[in-house]
Amino acid sequence: MSPVSFKLAEMESWNRPPVVEPHGEGELLEIAMGPHHPSTHGVFRMDLALDGERVVKLKPVFGYLHRNHEKLGEGHSYLASMPFTDRLDYFCSLTNNWAYALAVEKLAAQDVPERAEYLRVILAELTRFQNHASAIGFLLQEMGASGTPLMYAFREREKILDLFEALTGARMMCNYMRFGGCRVDASEDWLKQTRKVVAGLPAFVDEFEAFLQTNEIVMARCQGMGILRPELAVNAGVTGPMLRATGVNYDLRKVDRYGIYDRFKFRVPLGEHGDIYDRYMVRMLEMRESIGILEQALKDVPGGPVMDPKAKIRNFRPKVGEAYGRIEAPKGELGFYLISDGTGNPYRYRVRPPSLINLTVLEDMCLGQNVADVVLIFGSVDIVLGEVDR
Amino acid sequence: MAVDEQLKIEMGKQGVFVTTLQELYNWGRRSSIWPMQFGLACCAIEMIATTMARYDLARFGAEVFRPSPRQADMMIISGTVTKKMAPQVVRLYNQMAEPRYVIAMGACAISGGPFKQGYNVLKGIDRYIPVDVHIPGCPPRPEALLEAFMALQKKIDAQPLTGEGRPRHLDAEAPGEFPVPEQGAHDLEPAANKSVWTVPVVIR
Repeated sequence: MSPVSFKLAEMESWNRPPVVEPHGEGELLEIAMGPHHPSTHGVFRMDLALDGERVVKLKPVFGYLHRNHEKLGEGHSYLASMPFTDRLDYFCSLTNNWAYALAVEKLAAQDVPERAEYLRVILAELTRFQNHASAIGFLLQEMGASGTPLMYAFREREKILDLFEALTGARMMCNYMRFGGCRVDASEDWLKQTRKVVAGLPAFVDEFEAFLQTNEIVMARCQGMGILRPELAVNAGVTGPMLRATGVNYDLRKVDRYGIYDRFKFRVPLGEHGDIYDRYMVRMLEMRESIGILEQALKDVPGGPVMDPKAKIRNFRPKVGEAYGRIEAPKGELGFYLISDGTGNPYRYRVRPPSLINLTVLEDMCLGQNVADVVLIFGSVDIVLGEVDR
Repeated sequence: MAVDEQLKIEMGKQGVFVTTLQELYNWGRRSSIWPMQFGLACCAIEMIATTMARYDLARFGAEVFRPSPRQADMMIISGTVTKKMAPQVVRLYNQMAEPRYVIAMGACAISGGPFKQGYNVLKGIDRYIPVDVHIPGCPPRPEALLEAFMALQKKIDAQPLTGEGRPRHLDAEAPGEFPVPEQGAHDLEPAANKSVWTVPVVIR
């Protein structure tokens, strides 16, 4: 194979956002959107330069929720960092737990028992489901459907949160996974209840689809808006539903086959145009695939321990080395990079957040669009500020 | 001055409703507290969950979340206030019209919570603005937020219209603006508003 050669000029054209020329004369209007703005999902600021309604320039300003996760991780033991991972992406605490546990398990060459793997998959897919449902709800809210789709999404989310609470003791901050398994075992009753909830999920997706899929306003405002090209998406490191909406087939559950994902049959939904509507559709279809995985996983949960008996929790000191554990979180590739110097605390604790990296292409998607659509494009990225600013 | 309870019941039997101006006024105020649509971090998600169908904040007359501070009566500090965000929070509070109330939701808003050791986290929003109700928890459950609402309603109910303890909008001497902290070389300056917050005395 010949080495891949890039022409510098071509690469530049990928990397640079397109230049939007203002029409006519007069000055551009510069506005700061945020950090307190109802559409920013928390505290995020965009400095916009507007030519009339059109966006000419967009500068994101981060750091309003910088909570020193990485610095705190260096000062805490490996186990004590687990609750902090809950608070990164506070919609999906269980997938964050899993990514961190995976990184430490790689570092310490730790095995995970069969039953714990099954429980992890079940919890991760439930998390994915509720995250996508809420993300679509928030997107619709920004489109002007004030509250109603979000109410449907949260009705379903509450059912799933009840399951989390029954198993882990907390609605949102679950702190459930450990290095070498899970904290507590799931009872037979819990599995029965989960099967019951999962059996009700397809009806919810059908209902959601019937309301939204061919809705005139959704189609008018989403189709052809905020287009992201696949080359740029790959180049910028975008992952998750954002990347798959552009048509790039990249799902870590298929690529890495971490955990026991190679045992389940599921498809990876892909988009075609890379616009807001495709992102919405990919999330909708992923919810259906998640239900499929859940049904397969819940069919035969094996018995046995949920914690490797040889696993060491207290006084955990892995050997000198480094490890990178990554999973397909609902928002994209979530990775933890750990360097161990042989002591009880990591020497370096680095989070690779999907939200932040997906957000870097915001300007490319927004240039030339109307300012009202910026809100929508921003919403379709599906970010959580706790993870963006860390 | 409260109406004699027995008299109230007796008059009620004859179809006459007796009340005081204060009760009527406070009843109106406490039954339509409009919160500001303002989320900071994790607790904001529980705040949203509180407004949704299962917990239904509308039962307390507080479902109308206003995006503008000018139209809001109450601010829920829902999450970690970082040093970059604190000036903006104080500024938003200054923009609200009296009577205004503040609920500090969650461990972070009270004291910095799990991130207290962090270099960028404010150790409690009550250093800069007066807080009426604190709710502990990380995050507090929606029921806890409802409890905070009820505590706030009780507080409003008990406020006399004149004299000591009257609400700030009836008190000409109460401060309307609170100084907005600025980013100093190492920390926010000033580190706390002395008129609102004093260093707590440690009892050993």
